[in-house]
Amino acid sequence: MNSKRPINLDLATIQFPLPALTSIAHRISGVILFIGLIFAFWALDKSLSSPQGFDAVRDTLAHNILAKLVAWGMLSALAVHFVAGVKHLLMDLHIGVTLEGGLRKAQITVVASAVLVILAGVWVW
Amino acid sequence: MVTNITNPGRSGLADWLIQRVSAVILALYTLFIVGYLLFNPGLDYIAWSGLFSQAWMRIFSLLAFVSLAAHAWVGLWIVTTDYLNKWVGIRLAVQTFIILAVFVFLVWGIQVLWGA
Repeated sequence: MNSKRPINLDLATIQFPLPALTSIAHRISGVILFIGLIFAFWALDKSLSSPQGFDAVRDTLAHNILAKLVAWGMLSALAVHFVAGVKHLLMDLHIGVTLEGGLRKAQITVVASAVLVILAGVWVW
Repeated sequence: MVTNITNPGRSGLADWLIQRVSAVILALYTLFIVGYLLFNPGLDYIAWSGLFSQAWMRIFSLLAFVSLAAHAWVGLWIVTTDYLNKWVGIRLAVQTFIILAVFVFLVWGIQVLWGA
C-alpha cells in the first residue's frame, strides 16, 4: 500500500457538511437494509407458503408493535437509501456537480427522505 | 503496486458499473412491489401467490434478488474496507460472513420463488 495516500483519516475530528451527512446516511441505511433482509425474506417466504402463512404475516404486521417498528424502520431505510441513490445516479450523469448543486441536492435528499419516512409511518399504522 | 484480491468485480470500474446497474433494477423492483401493495390494500393469499406464480414475476424477482446480492456485496465491501481498514483479520472475517449471508439470501430467494 502506498504510504502517501491520505487514508485512515480520523472521522471524529472532521466537520461534516450536509452532503457528507447524507452520504453517511446512505451507507448506514444500506447496512440496516442488509440486516433487515432477514425479516423481509421471512415475510415473503411465510406469506407465499400457505393461506395460513399469509394470514400470519398480515396479522403480525397489523397487531404486533415490534413488527410495525421493524417494517417502518425497513421502509424508512429503504426511502433514505432510494433517494440518496437517485442523487448518486444524478451525480453520475453530471447533473448539479457544483458546490451549490451538491448542497442543494443534499437538502432535497433530506426533505424527500423525511417526507417518505413519515408517509411510511402512516402506511404502517 | 497494490493488488486487491477481495473487491467483488476485481476492478473499481467493474464494481462501479455493477452497483449502478443493480441499483436501477432494485429501484424498479422496489417501486413495483410498493406500488402493488399500495394499490391492493385488501390483498389476499390467492392474489399474492397468483402474482408470484407468473413467469414474468418470478424472472423479475430473480433478477432483483441477483441484483440485490451483487449490490449488497459491492456496497458492504466498500463500507468494510473504509471502516475496518486497520484490522485486516476482522475485515476478512466480516467480509467472509457477508458473502455467506448474501449467498444464503440468494438461495432462500430462489427457494421462495420456485417452492421449497
